[in-house]
Amino acid sequence: MTHDPVTPLLDARDVRVTSAAGVLVAGVDLTVAPGETVAIVGESGSGKSMTARALTGLLPEGVHATGRLELSGQAYDLAGRTPWQRIRGSEIALLLQDPFTSLSPVHRCGQQIGWALPRAGRAAGVARLLAEVGLPAETAGRYPFQLSGGMRQRVAIAAALAAGPGLLIADEPTTALDVTTQHEVLELVAGLQRARRMGLILITHDLRLARARADRIMVMYAGRLAEEGPAAEVMDRPAHPYTARLAACDPPVTHRLPALPTIPGSVPRPYAVSGACAFADRCDLAAEVCRTAEPALAEVADGSGNSGHRVACVRPADVRPVAVLLPAVPPPAAAPPAVPLLETPPATAVPQEAGPSPALLTVRGLIKRFPGSAAPALDGVDLEVAAGEAVAVVGESGSGKTTLARCVVGLERPDGGSVAFAGRATGPRRVQYVFQDPYSALNPGLTVGASLAEALRAAGRPRSEVPGLLDLVGLPAAYARRRPQALSGGERQRVAIARALAPGAEVLVCDEPVSALDVSVQAQVLNLLSDLRRDLGLTLLFITHDLAVARQVADRVYVMHRGRVVEAGPVGDVLGAPAHEYTQRLLASVPAATRAE
Amino acid sequence: MNGTVLAFALRRAAATLALLLALSLLVFALLYLAPGDVARNLLGTRNVTPEALAGIRELHHLDEPFLAQYWWWLSHAMTGDFGTSIRTGGQVGPLLLDRTGITAATAGLAFLLSVLAGVPAGIAAALRRGRPLDRMLVAASVVGVSAPGFAVGLILLYVFALGLGWFPVYGTGEGFLDALWHLVLPAVALAFGLGAFVVKLTRAAVIRELDQDYVTFARGRGLSERRVLRLVLRNAAIPIVTSLGLMVAYLFGGTVLIEVTFALPGLGSLMEESVLFKDIPVVQALTLVVALVVSATALAVDLSYLAIDPRVRARAVRR
Repeated sequence: MTHDPVTPLLDARDVRVTSAAGVLVAGVDLTVAPGETVAIVGESGSGKSMTARALTGLLPEGVHATGRLELSGQAYDLAGRTPWQRIRGSEIALLLQDPFTSLSPVHRCGQQIGWALPRAGRAAGVARLLAEVGLPAETAGRYPFQLSGGMRQRVAIAAALAAGPGLLIADEPTTALDVTTQHEVLELVAGLQRARRMGLILITHDLRLARARADRIMVMYAGRLAEEGPAAEVMDRPAHPYTARLAACDPPVTHRLPALPTIPGSVPRPYAVSGACAFADRCDLAAEVCRTAEPALAEVADGSGNSGHRVACVRPADVRPVAVLLPAVPPPAAAPPAVPLLETPPATAVPQEAGPSPALLTVRGLIKRFPGSAAPALDGVDLEVAAGEAVAVVGESGSGKTTLARCVVGLERPDGGSVAFAGRATGPRRVQYVFQDPYSALNPGLTVGASLAEALRAAGRPRSEVPGLLDLVGLPAAYARRRPQALSGGERQRVAIARALAPGAEVLVCDEPVSALDVSVQAQVLNLLSDLRRDLGLTLLFITHDLAVARQVADRVYVMHRGRVVEAGPVGDVLGAPAHEYTQRLLASVPAATRAE
Repeated sequence: MNGTVLAFALRRAAATLALLLALSLLVFALLYLAPGDVARNLLGTRNVTPEALAGIRELHHLDEPFLAQYWWWLSHAMTGDFGTSIRTGGQVGPLLLDRTGITAATAGLAFLLSVLAGVPAGIAAALRRGRPLDRMLVAASVVGVSAPGFAVGLILLYVFALGLGWFPVYGTGEGFLDALWHLVLPAVALAFGLGAFVVKLTRAAVIRELDQDYVTFARGRGLSERRVLRLVLRNAAIPIVTSLGLMVAYLFGGTVLIEVTFALPGLGSLMEESVLFKDIPVVQALTLVVALVVSATALAVDLSYLAIDPRVRARAVRR
């Protein structure tokens, strides 16, 4: 639509990024037209962030780029002395993921926005930019820590736009934000882009988000471009098996899949691949030719002519979408399928009776107030989990869901209310906790075997059970000798789950166990949890901000907002026909649902 | 908001006062912790006669309860009267006052030197991380931190005073400039280890800030390197100021040895002499003075947080 006759804003050719270890990005071409949004999609290690850094001259120490960069008609050599000082700000600006760390904590927001403006009329310029991002003028006098995440990211956007860049590169701009805030910030960026006819490179791991926001999508895998083309084309008719499989891993929020599609294995390091398709080892279409030569990027023959849909795969014709993001079949849950997703259904009574068996975990009137904060973190929470049941607690940051989980396992002492297990108080080691970040949850100094043996010993069980535990979570017994550092994120989370299972726990409290993982790995871990539940009769209390994950994992769901449970019930009812205004708002913010309108 | 900040400052000052009071009780108890009879200890080398002992008992109110004695001692100490020195027989207060100038000048000069040299060197090292200049500064700071001050002092004396004859070997000098000239070598010796410490912590603080996202974002939106550096330094100032406060305590430990090495008649050498002589009233007074200076610095550091870190300011207000 926007990109044919116009001279591109940015035209990068053969961008390569190398570090001492080897190639990180192996030659990527990229063009962005004024007003166009190009999404670069990939998992960690795909080289998407490195590409963005190379285009702004902000590569970390010891990492170098080569290639040609053309910006509004002016050509630069990325390996040479590029005048970044002049380019950054006025031509390209880079917006980072985390609004909590990307602003200086000790400077007022107005100052930080104003630095890029000429001294004369700075205050007026700051006020104008603040208005443009939808913030009141007095925000200029506030410090970043006095603002919410969404407001901070708005301030960051205002600061990025201060010098009037023609192109904004946004590296995961909403990943650190809550869903409802994500939606607002993305709407804001889209509006600014239209008003300023600004090009946008959106770097994201989220295919749904890319589809909802981008004109074109570039899928990167192990430092290489796997596929590129118009967003709808790439998503609906993926020509690369990786794109198809990745899209399938993304769990739908509308219905529950018996098992999530996964991609076996993990992303190889870019420099570990040569003379072969980087995806060949994980691809079930891989043929001999895939392992002997790296496939070149070629136009996809789909009859429409020059659509710009290109793929680096020798067998694109055999690739089929693995599953669809929007359900073709009505959801199997109890919700009446005739009710449209976003329409307000009649308010139904919250079903409070337990599932098939009596409650194993009963939480009554839980209250927790942290000193120094105005509102209580938990404000009278009731919750029940039956034996063998999986219950999800969903909510945004500050909703109290993590505090609830920590109170349940005794990591936090509630100020009021009770937590009881099958009528008794918390028994030792009957409940175990799985933390969000598998990188910090394991002791880096201990081998996997030592970590597990330690957990076993605490329950008075022998070390000889370590191989069995590893097998239970789908890891080879030889992993016992490795240290966490040598494991991928998904493998670490498996070890963390094994450690939680070591004392023979009945209840696993999982606090966002997959939110730090890549989509394909997330699917593997979710499947593992569901297998464990079936095989061991585990009971799960699953804390998540992700409604789609809750949909796949849980039988029942509790929606928390500001320390209270605002809605609870079977997952199909709550997510299929939300009764509470807040649940509806959460659902409406999910990118796929936005696209469905 | 300013009112609440003031309230916070007053609360911190009150806490410091309470701490000093507790310390003074400990300091007073020194008298009783020393082995032997208190009256005999206080008499020192003077003739031990029943009359002299009775006189000392009456003078120090030794027959009254411990807390009353303490109160009596403290109320006098507040007015600068720390009793009489056992060694010299003179008043402790004037003795202390007499010696303070030299120590304050040496320590102040050393502090100034180490900060003026250490902070820029630390920043330069951080900005050239891994390059030759950084390696050199890091190596030098390791030497500086590990070299004992008195050894450095001896080497300086040997080279610059005895060998080259640029500086005097000992003494305090007459007049301001001459006095300053006499203090250069002791101050440099003291500043050597201190400065190395400042280099290390400044480098670490600046490197940590350079790795922060806000630096990447500042560059990514086209701010000049000068502006980025100012941004980094403003943030790095918080840990640096804290550590400078901690250094004051270290400074007092170092000054004892340096003053002995350079034969300077300061508080440090007074401390050494008094401890050796078991001159308890002087030791009490000195300990109290050091405690006062260290806790006053800690208070100053706490209050400087209010100025340099808005997050601390906000927390102070909320509390």
